[in-house]
Amino acid sequence: MAEHKSHGVSIYYKVFVALMVLTVVTVAVNRVHVGISAAIIVALMIAAFKGSLVAGYFMHLFNESNQIYRVLLLTAIFLIFLMFLPLLGRWSTVTGLQHRTPLTPSAAPAAESQH
Amino acid sequence: MDIPYTVTARPDTGLFNGKLGIWLFLASEVMLFGALFSSYVLLRVGAETWPRGETILNVWMAFLNTVVLISSSVTMVLAWAALKTNQFQKSRWLLISTFLLATVFLVVKYFEYTEKFSHGLLPSTNTFLAIYFTLTGLHGLHVVGGMIVMAYLFGPGAKMFRIAPERFTNRVEITGLYWHFVDLVWIFLFPVLYLL
Repeated sequence: MAEHKSHGVSIYYKVFVALMVLTVVTVAVNRVHVGISAAIIVALMIAAFKGSLVAGYFMHLFNESNQIYRVLLLTAIFLIFLMFLPLLGRWSTVTGLQHRTPLTPSAAPAAESQH
Repeated sequence: MDIPYTVTARPDTGLFNGKLGIWLFLASEVMLFGALFSSYVLLRVGAETWPRGETILNVWMAFLNTVVLISSSVTMVLAWAALKTNQFQKSRWLLISTFLLATVFLVVKYFEYTEKFSHGLLPSTNTFLAIYFTLTGLHGLHVVGGMIVMAYLFGPGAKMFRIAPERFTNRVEITGLYWHFVDLVWIFLFPVLYLL
C-alpha cells in the first residue's frame, strides 16, 4: 500500500519535469523565426499537450467518473463553436473583411485623407 | 442544515457534491475565458497589423511566472496527496507554499504592469494591449480568488481536519481542481500573448 502511494506521488514530479521541459521548448521554438502560421500551430500544439498533462494528472481526468466526462463533452462542443465564431463572421461577407480595425492611429484611413 | 454527500458519493452521479459542483463551475469558466480567446481571434484577424507579443511584453518575466504557476500546481496536488496519507502538517505547509508561489506570481505581474504603465502603455493604447490587460487581469483575479480560499484552508478552515478529515481533504481537492484550471489558462495565455 505504501509503495502504491509513493508511486502515486512520483507521477506528479514526472509531470512537473515534463511541463518545465515543454515550457522551455515553447520559448526555444519561438526563437527560430518560422512563418507566423507555423509558429501558431506549433505553440498551440505544445500548449494543448501541456494542458492535457495538467488536466489528466493534476486534475485526475485520466481516471474520473463518466458524469464529469459528460459535462466536459458538452463544454468542449460549445467551446469549439465559440472559437470558430469569429471565422464564420469573416466568411459570411462577399467582399471579405468589412470592419478592419487599425491597430495604430497612424494606419487609420483618416490620417491618409489629410494628405 | 447539513449539506448532503460531502464525503460519500451520491449514488446517481457517483461523485461527492462538491466535486460535481466545481466541475460545473469550471465548465462555465471555460466558456468565460473561451469567449475572451474568441474575442482575441476576432480582433487579431480584423486588425491591419498585429505585433508579436515579444516586441511589447517581457517574455522572461512571463516565463518565470509560468515556472512559478506550474510549481504551485505541483505543491497544490501534493498538499492533497499528503492529506490522503493523513500528513496534516505537511499538507498545511504545502498549501502555504502554494499560496506563497501565487504571491510571487502576482508580484511579478505587478512589476510587469507598472513597467508598461510607466512607458505609457495602457489598455487604451491599442487593441493588442486592451486584450492583453483584459485576459491577464481576469486571470490575475482568479489567482487572487484561489489565494483567498487557500488562506482559509490553512488558516481558520484547517480545524475541520480534526472533526471531519475526509470532508476537509475533499475541500482541498476541489480547491486544487480550481487552481490547476487557473494554471491551465496561463499555459495558453503565455504563448498566445507573449510569443505569437
